[in-house]
Amino acid sequence: MPEKTEKQIVFDKVKDTPPLAVSLYTMDYNKTGSWRNVRPVIDYEKCTGCMTCWKFCPEPAIDAEKYEEDGKEKYKPVIDYEYCKGCGICWVECPVEGAIYTEEEGE
Amino acid sequence: MKLTIPEEEIMGHGHLACQGCGGALAMRYTLKTLGRNTVLSVPACCWSVIDGPFPHSAVNIPVFHTAFEAAASTASGIKAGFEIQGKDVNVVAWAGDGGTYDIGIQALSGAAERNDDILYICYDNEAYMNTGVQRSGSTPLKAWTTTTPVAHPKDRPKKDLISIMAAHRMPYIATASVAYPEDLTEKLEKAKSIKGTRFLLIFSPCPPGWRADPKNTVKLARLAVETKVFNLLEIENGLDWRITKKIRKPKPVIEYLKLQGRFRHLTEDDVSLIQENVEKEWNILMNKVGE
Ligand code: SF4
Ligand code: SF4
Repeated sequence: MPEKTEKQIVFDKVKDTPPLAVSLYTMDYNKTGSWRNVRPVIDYEKCTGCMTCWKFCPEPAIDAEKYEEDGKEKYKPVIDYEYCKGCGICWVECPVEGAIYTEEEGE
Repeated sequence: MKLTIPEEEIMGHGHLACQGCGGALAMRYTLKTLGRNTVLSVPACCWSVIDGPFPHSAVNIPVFHTAFEAAASTASGIKAGFEIQGKDVNVVAWAGDGGTYDIGIQALSGAAERNDDILYICYDNEAYMNTGVQRSGSTPLKAWTTTTPVAHPKDRPKKDLISIMAAHRMPYIATASVAYPEDLTEKLEKAKSIKGTRFLLIFSPCPPGWRADPKNTVKLARLAVETKVFNLLEIENGLDWRITKKIRKPKPVIEYLKLQGRFRHLTEDDVSLIQENVEKEWNILMNKVGE
């Protein structure tokens, strides 16, 4: 496997393309956060860590961060704004009123 | 709290799906469950674009892009290649409803009849979305598409593909919805453990094609089940039908329809017709389930 890269690989000339078209690079170069009009923000005071938002994000742009509390394994959702497209599924599906609120992008 | 679906992300971000894409969500759940020992055969469909331009790919497992009608036959061929090398790999045909209900149905039927050892997954968004929302055999009754404009909405119901597949007496068939990921991952686990042709239909809302707000993708997928527009079931050997999500108090279809622009033109009579059709299909289904 080639090294992980966030650069876009472009072949300028047909003769530069490999004989077998195998895609070995990820789509990490495509920072889809720029598509966003509305930004979801998690209020960790209210968030219960149920991870419903993580479950339903289609990108995925919510990381499940593991931590320990009172000897128990817990999760915390962390939104990756480099890739979040601002679809809004997380704030519609979050079961806790106000745990995810929204801001207009650019504010 | 514990996670209710597998933690590992195999599908990566940066893919080209629209905001709130049900098809992207379906792929994310599928790869989480099947794992990295999986190869996809993808015909023309949204996912041939979503995956990204060469030499990039968002899914981080091998993808074979194939012709519109050939998802199943390509998967059969890939599987045969692995078998002769003595390798045990999940070979998955991953197609949209256009490539399944219409264009790919003969290759799918052939594979199912031969009982080739492949898993065929159709992510169903009820029209040819990738090419600009043209009607497919899966488009529901009275829906708007660019080829069934408001003056002539679709006059035929959604094709009952599940019954067609059941007629093949294949080992495993199931329907699933992106709003019920636990049910979906359970069915994928089961499909993975069975040999022979397995078929999974995943209900995957398309915000631009349905003229719906992207934030409502999961809500719509859930409402489709709660109104009995789309029923979650599994069928073993084509004969043993079972409902996996029983809806005690179904909601009226209007609750599902009113959130989608593709149904905005409906009259009250149209809504009644759709409701009647849902009841009729439900009774047909209950006869098969034997309840
Ligand atoms: S769905 Fe809401 S409460 Fe649950 S983890 Fe996400 S932000 Fe927190
Ligand atoms: S807005 Fe959409 S893309 Fe962004 S984190 Fe929420 S679910 Fe994911």
